Amino acid sequence: MIKDTDTDVPVLKPEEEARLHEQHGVPVHVAPTQKRGKNNDRVTDAILTCEDVNVFYGDFRAVTGVDLDFARNQITALIGPSGCGKSTLIRVLNRMNDLIDGARVEGKVTFRGVDMYAKNVDAIEVRRRIGMVFQKPNPFPKSIYDNIAYGPRVIGMKVANMDDLVEEALTGAALWTEVKDKLKQSAFGLSGGQQQRLCIARTIAVKPDVILMDEPCSALDPIATTRIEDLMAELRRNYTIVIVTHNMQQAARVADRTAFFTALADEGTGDRTGVLVEYGTTTQIFESPRDQRTEDYISGRFG
Amino acid sequence: MTTGQRSVLDSVKPLGYRGKKLSGEKSPASLVFLILIWAALAVSFIFLLVLIITTFVEGFAVMRPGLFTNYPSSSPRDAGARPAILGSVWVVAVTALLTIPLGVAAAIHLEEFADKHNKFNRMVELNVQNLAAVPSIIYGLLALAFLSMLGFQNKNVVIGGAMALGLLIMPVIIIATREAIRSVPQEIREGSMALGATKWQTVWRQVLPSAVPGIATGSILALSRALGEAAPLLVLGGLVFVSFDPDGIMSQFTTMPIQIFNWSSRPQAQFHELAAAASIVLLVLLVLMNALAIYIRNHYQKRW
Repeated sequence: MIKDTDTDVPVLKPEEEARLHEQHGVPVHVAPTQKRGKNNDRVTDAILTCEDVNVFYGDFRAVTGVDLDFARNQITALIGPSGCGKSTLIRVLNRMNDLIDGARVEGKVTFRGVDMYAKNVDAIEVRRRIGMVFQKPNPFPKSIYDNIAYGPRVIGMKVANMDDLVEEALTGAALWTEVKDKLKQSAFGLSGGQQQRLCIARTIAVKPDVILMDEPCSALDPIATTRIEDLMAELRRNYTIVIVTHNMQQAARVADRTAFFTALADEGTGDRTGVLVEYGTTTQIFESPRDQRTEDYISGRFG
Repeated sequence: MTTGQRSVLDSVKPLGYRGKKLSGEKSPASLVFLILIWAALAVSFIFLLVLIITTFVEGFAVMRPGLFTNYPSSSPRDAGARPAILGSVWVVAVTALLTIPLGVAAAIHLEEFADKHNKFNRMVELNVQNLAAVPSIIYGLLALAFLSMLGFQNKNVVIGGAMALGLLIMPVIIIATREAIRSVPQEIREGSMALGATKWQTVWRQVLPSAVPGIATGSILALSRALGEAAPLLVLGGLVFVSFDPDGIMSQFTTMPIQIFNWSSRPQAQFHELAAAASIVLLVLLVLMNALAIYIRNHYQKRW
């Protein structure tokens, strides 16, 4: 029998599946029967899915043909060299790309089974459910308290006691003990790492389902980075996390699943476009990559 | 052994080896250039200084409470600028109320909402820039025509003056506001939008509050220009003898610059002294307004 490599999706070993199940409290397995794009493992408990997603900036095609599912309550890392479209893709996932002039998304992106780019879906609604933490900490020029309270206020959340919500969000972001005595002080007085945790607190205050993180530690020192990584492991219990990172060790440390992207040059025009090379469990990607390019990248041979 | 060898450093010529020959900043060309720019600065500065000193010397003698409390009179000893001071306050205040909200709103639209690739919007932008360079008297004529169309018999009313000055400073306020809005980092907008805020909430609750210092500074500078303008108001018929306090937007008025113009065109020397005294008042007011603008800029400006 000839094996069709395109549909040959690996199955997790039972013991690994059991480990993941125990770790996350949700069934995690890769179903072998479902046919998907060639680079994609099927995630059964997907909260976000991308089907043949192409992203354009004007005439420039930044991302081409991405099929990718994001598992609920897991951390998915997007890695790859500069210009591979990973940051572009993460901004597609909560329609932040809508804010960029000339940006256009083709293909299907679903959140809980609903096409988030459908005409009757409001981008504002999408962003309320799918929060985002940015590369550079971007606290608002307000007090720490108001930074947290801003989100619930603008989206009209029914909050019984804002003080409690602020405490809950700051506790959730492992920042409460450090700032509880200076809630009325400017957020600009915090260190970079604290500011980034404040931004995470601000995001979880509006109780999203998914948190997107676009290189959240790239502006931070190693200690602050460790704290954010620990925090992500905590957050995974309640949230689905997608993280873009330049740091492969970080992906290996925090992510359950990893998607490796690279930039391909068009033979005719020479324009580079981002493609998904390989997607699988982090263990598989780092220990037994199936694609030579993945192996080259994670072993440091390029990128 | 290396003792006898010269190190690389020994071969370098010692500092000052060229003796007295001047080089760099001390070369003749540099000195000439330095003298030229100093002279340019001195000329403008000396003119300003002479102007201010002569004004002060001339006007200081007649700086008396009556200048602020008396009404204009044909006798220089009794004449005061009370209606002109109040008129200036009225006109500038109404100008501010008319212009700042409109100018800020226009700037918000251009900066945050307008499609920058749209030809019409680009034309509007270009025109706003150009309007800032239109001579002020043109705005006076425009306001005059507008008031005539509306059927005003007497065009020299506070609302008319405010209209003319408002048109004059509108482009300045729009440009200053756009600058202030543009200086709010994109990350703040993204942070707000990523939480599910609407564009409008983002502008109203994040961008505008951050831009307020810049808007205030620009507006105050624009208003100080309006305070010093005489030409557009003269076109409206502002050179009249007003011997009462303006009491509303339909009231007749005169302003400080017009009063100064009026007094300085009288033949009697005493009136010229009054004009100088009124100039001092106007100058002090302008300096205070500019100082306030600088204070706001330095103390409330956000550092990102």
